Amino acid sequence: MSQISSTPLPLNPDPVLNVEITDDLIERHGILPQEYQQILAMLGRAPNLTELGIFSVMWSEHCAYKNTRKLLRLFPTEKKDKQAIGQVLVKAGEENAGVIDVGDGWGVAFKIESHNHPSAIEPFEGAATGVGGIVRDIFTMGARPILLTNSLRFGDLNDPHVKRLFRGVVSGISHYGNCLGIPNMGGDIYFDECYEGNPLVNALCAGILRHEDIQKGAATGVGNPVYYVGPGTGRDGLGGASFASRELTAESTEDRPAVQKGDPFMEKLLLEACLEMMAIPGLVVGIQDMGAAGLTCSTCETASRGNSGIEIDLDSVPQRETGMNSYEIMLSESQERMLVIVQKGREKELEEVFEKWDLHAAHIGEVKQGDRMVVRHKGVVVADLPAKSLTDEAPVYDQPASEPAHVAKARNWSVESIPDISVKEIESGLKNLLNHPTIASKRWVWQQYDHMVMSGCKVEPGSDAGVVRLSIAEIDKYLAIANDCNNRFCYLDPYKGAQIAFVECMRNLACSGAKALAVTDNLNFGNPNKPEAYHMLKECVKGLADACAFFDVPVVGGNVSLYNEHGDGAIDPTPVVSMIGLIDKQENVIRSQLEHAGLELILLGGWPMELGGSYYLQTQHAKKEGAVPEVSLENEKKVQDLLIEQIEAGRIVAAHDLSEGGLLVCLAEMLFGKNNIGVSISIPTNGRIDSTLFGESQGRVIVAVSSSDSNEFISCSKTAGVQANFLGRTSDSGMMQIKMGQKVVLSTSIADLHLVWEHAIPDCMEPSRS
Amino acid sequence: MRVAILQFPGSNCDWDSEHAVRDVLGVSAHRVWHKARLPSETEAVIVPGGFSFGDYLRCGAIARFSPIMHDLKNFAEKGGQVLGICNGFQILCESGLLPGALIRNDCLDFRCLNQNLTVENSNERFNQNTLGNSLLLPIAHGEGNFRADESVLFSLEENQQVLIRYDGNPNGSVNAIAGIRNSAGNVYGMMPHPERAVGSHHPCLDGLPVLKAFLEPLLDSIPVEVTSG
Repeated sequence: MSQISSTPLPLNPDPVLNVEITDDLIERHGILPQEYQQILAMLGRAPNLTELGIFSVMWSEHCAYKNTRKLLRLFPTEKKDKQAIGQVLVKAGEENAGVIDVGDGWGVAFKIESHNHPSAIEPFEGAATGVGGIVRDIFTMGARPILLTNSLRFGDLNDPHVKRLFRGVVSGISHYGNCLGIPNMGGDIYFDECYEGNPLVNALCAGILRHEDIQKGAATGVGNPVYYVGPGTGRDGLGGASFASRELTAESTEDRPAVQKGDPFMEKLLLEACLEMMAIPGLVVGIQDMGAAGLTCSTCETASRGNSGIEIDLDSVPQRETGMNSYEIMLSESQERMLVIVQKGREKELEEVFEKWDLHAAHIGEVKQGDRMVVRHKGVVVADLPAKSLTDEAPVYDQPASEPAHVAKARNWSVESIPDISVKEIESGLKNLLNHPTIASKRWVWQQYDHMVMSGCKVEPGSDAGVVRLSIAEIDKYLAIANDCNNRFCYLDPYKGAQIAFVECMRNLACSGAKALAVTDNLNFGNPNKPEAYHMLKECVKGLADACAFFDVPVVGGNVSLYNEHGDGAIDPTPVVSMIGLIDKQENVIRSQLEHAGLELILLGGWPMELGGSYYLQTQHAKKEGAVPEVSLENEKKVQDLLIEQIEAGRIVAAHDLSEGGLLVCLAEMLFGKNNIGVSISIPTNGRIDSTLFGESQGRVIVAVSSSDSNEFISCSKTAGVQANFLGRTSDSGMMQIKMGQKVVLSTSIADLHLVWEHAIPDCMEPSRS
Repeated sequence: MRVAILQFPGSNCDWDSEHAVRDVLGVSAHRVWHKARLPSETEAVIVPGGFSFGDYLRCGAIARFSPIMHDLKNFAEKGGQVLGICNGFQILCESGLLPGALIRNDCLDFRCLNQNLTVENSNERFNQNTLGNSLLLPIAHGEGNFRADESVLFSLEENQQVLIRYDGNPNGSVNAIAGIRNSAGNVYGMMPHPERAVGSHHPCLDGLPVLKAFLEPLLDSIPVEVTSG
C-alpha cells in the first residue's frame, strides 16, 4: 500500500487550474463516482485538476485495460514446448512490445495497435500517427523495425464519406511509413456496413534485435537522470487516450484537437538516434515512448516497473507553444517523443547522439527513492501521486454479458430458405464476389506503400502472407506475417469466429511455407458497459485463447479498442489476429500464384458444404446470416502440418487457402499471376451448387504439385489423415473451366475475371481515370 | 573505403545501397554523414533515396545546403563519379549538379512497383550493350515526374544524356525520362532503384548491370562471379 500524504498540494502557478473538483468535472474526465472515491482513499485528500487529468488518462480503457484485464489473462503468454523455436523472451504486458526468439541469437519484437477513433475524425493524421506510435513501441525495445502491416475496416465503399476515410487512411499510412523507410507489406482490408462511421485502423510493426540488446521500460537506480528526447511538446492530442475510450458521436468532430499530428521525419530522426544511443554499451537504463497519455504514462509506468519514485520538472520540458500549464504538458500527446533514463555520469554520451541528429535531449528529472511520481512546474509541486496507483492499482471490472437475441436468430437461419444458384448464374455470381472490395485486388492500396525498401521484400503484398528476408541481420531466414479476422463470422458466432480468424491466419502462414511462432491481437469491440457487446468480447477472447493453447502459439502483446460504436450501435466484433512465422530457407517460400501449365491441383480438406455467413450470401442475397463453418482444430493442424512437411520436401509449387468467396475465388486468385495460365477442373456433384462453389468451410487449401509428385503427395496426405481430392490441371488456355459431374458449368476467360478483380477498387475510387 | 554513400537526416535507402555495393558487388563502401567531410580516398559517391529533411519545402531542397554538398560539388567538378538514386536524384537536380527538376507524380499518389524501362545509348558505359535493351527495376516515389524547360530538354536529348525511359509512364515525366547524366558524363541520376534489384531474394536482378556500369572505373576489383547478398 502506498504511503498516504494527506497534506494538500500548493496552488498551481496557473490560476485556471485552481478550481474545485466538482462532480461535473469528474464525469467529464470519464471517472466514475466509485472510482473517484478510490482516488480519495489512495491519496488521503482530493486530487487537484492536474492530478485528476492524470488519473483520467491512466485509468482509461486505453491505458488501464480496466474492462479487459481479467479476460486477457486467458491468453497463453509463453510456449508449453520449451524446445520449440519461438520462445517468448519478453511477455505480453511486460514492456512496450513482446519479443520472441527466432534463432541465431536474434529476436523479433512485434505488436499491433489501434488508432480507430482518431482515424474516424481525421483519417490522414489518425492513420499516420497510428503507424508512428507502433513503430516507437518497437524501437523502444531496442529493435530495428523491418516491416509494417495494417488491418483496416471500412463501411460500404460506395458511400462518399467512406471513400474519403479510405483514401485518407491509406495516404496517411503511406505518407508516414514510406518516409520512415520500413517496408509495408499491406495487410488485410474488409468493407462492411457495420464499420460505417467507425472505421478500424490497426497498425502492426515488427523489428529485429539481438537477445542481449533488449531494452527495458523501467526507471531504476536512484539518482539516474531522466531525459526527454524528441521534438517539443504542444497542445495537440490533449487527452487522446480518454478520447479513445468513449463512443463516437456526431459531436466527436469537436474532439479534433485530441487527434495528434504526425511528423514522420522527426520519427525517423528519433528512431535512428535512439538505436544509435542504445548501441552504446550500458548507457541506457530504461526507455519508454510517450504514446497514449504522453509524459504522464511514460513517467508513471517506468517508475512503477522499476519499483522506484520519479521526479520531473516541467520547466525543462521542451515546448513548442507558449503558456502551457501543467495539465496541458502532462496530457499532451504530441508525437515522436521518448523518455530515457541513463546511467548517472554518462549524460554527455546521450546528449552527443541527439545533438548529431538535431533533436532535443532535455534533462527533466531523476529517479528517486520511494514510490511517488512528483511533478514540478515553476517551482511548485503540481502533482504528487503514488506511481502504482496509476498503473497496477487501476480499477478492474467484470461486466455483465448476454447474447444479443438478433444474433442467435440470424445464426439459426437456414440456407434451405433460399434457392440454389442456377448454372447460368455461376459466372455472374463469381464476378460479383471478385468485384466485392473485400475480395478484390488491393493493389490500389499497397502500390502506395513502399514495400521494397530495406532489401527485404520476398513476397510482395497480395499473396497469402507478406514475407521479408532478414537481410539486416545478415541471415538467410524469412519472416512471414499474416493478419486476419472475418467480422461476419465473429458477429454470428464470436467464439468460432475468433477461432476462424486464428486458424485462417495460421493457414496463410503455412501456405507461404512458414511455421507460426506467436500472435499479437487487436480486440476491436463496442462499449463494454453494454452486456451484448461484452458478450461478444468475452466469447471472442475465449475462442482465441483456446486456439492459441491448442496450437501452442502464445500471444505476446496486442491492444484493446473498445467503444467502437456509431449511430446504430456497435461494430461487429473484430478480434484481429496477426501472426508471425518463420521460413528457414528461400526454397521454402511459397506463393499463391500459378505460373506454369501442366501442374496438378489438389484440394485439401474435402467438401463440407457450408454456406452460412459467406460472402456469397452477402453479394447474391444481401444476408449476414446462417451457421458459421465448423472449426476443427485437430483437422486444421493435420492440414497445416502436411503443408509444411510437403513444402519442406519440395513437392508444393503453389498453395492458396480457401477463405472469403470459397473455391472459385481461391482458384481465380491463383490464376491472376501470369497471363494465359488456365485451369480445367472437375468437382463432384453431391448437394447444392452454391455451397460447393462458394462455401467458406475451414481447413481447406488448394495446392499445386508437379505431375511427377502428385501420387506421392496424395499418399502422404492419406498417411496424415487429410482428405485430398484431385481437382484438375493448369493449362495455357487462359480459361477457367469447371465441370460438375459430366457437365461444364463454367467456362470463362481468366483475363475477364482478372479485369473485374483488379479494377473493382480503382473504379470505385477513381472512376474518371479507369 | 572507395564508395561513399551520403547519409542525410531522412535518408532511408542508405543501408540498401551500402549492402548492394559492399556485400553484393564487393567494393568497399561506407555511409558518410551529411555534416562530415567527404573522405579524400573517395572514388565514387552514391546519393541514396529516402526523404532527406522530410522532403520539406521541396524534395532535396534542404539537403542541397548540407555541409557535405560543398565537398560533393568539388568532387563532381574534378570529374568524380556521382550517382543519385530517387531522392538522391532530386538532391542532384536541386543542387544544380544535374539539369531539370522532379515534381509530384501526375497520379498524385506514391507509386511502388516493378517498372519496365527502355535503355538508351547514352555513352560508353550506359548503353544497350552494357545494360541490354530493357530493364525491370523497382520504383518507389511520390515525386518522380521529371520536368525541364524546352532548351534543357533539347540539349539532354541532343547530347544523348537520357539514360533510361519508362515504358508506360507511371508519373508523367516529360519524354518518359527515368534517368539522365550530366554532359561531362560523371554525374548520373535516376528515379528507379538499382540497389533493390541485386539479390536472388529481389524481384529482379537488373540493378546489377546498372550499378556495375556506374562503378565501371572501379571495376577491376569487382569479382567476376556476382553472388547474391
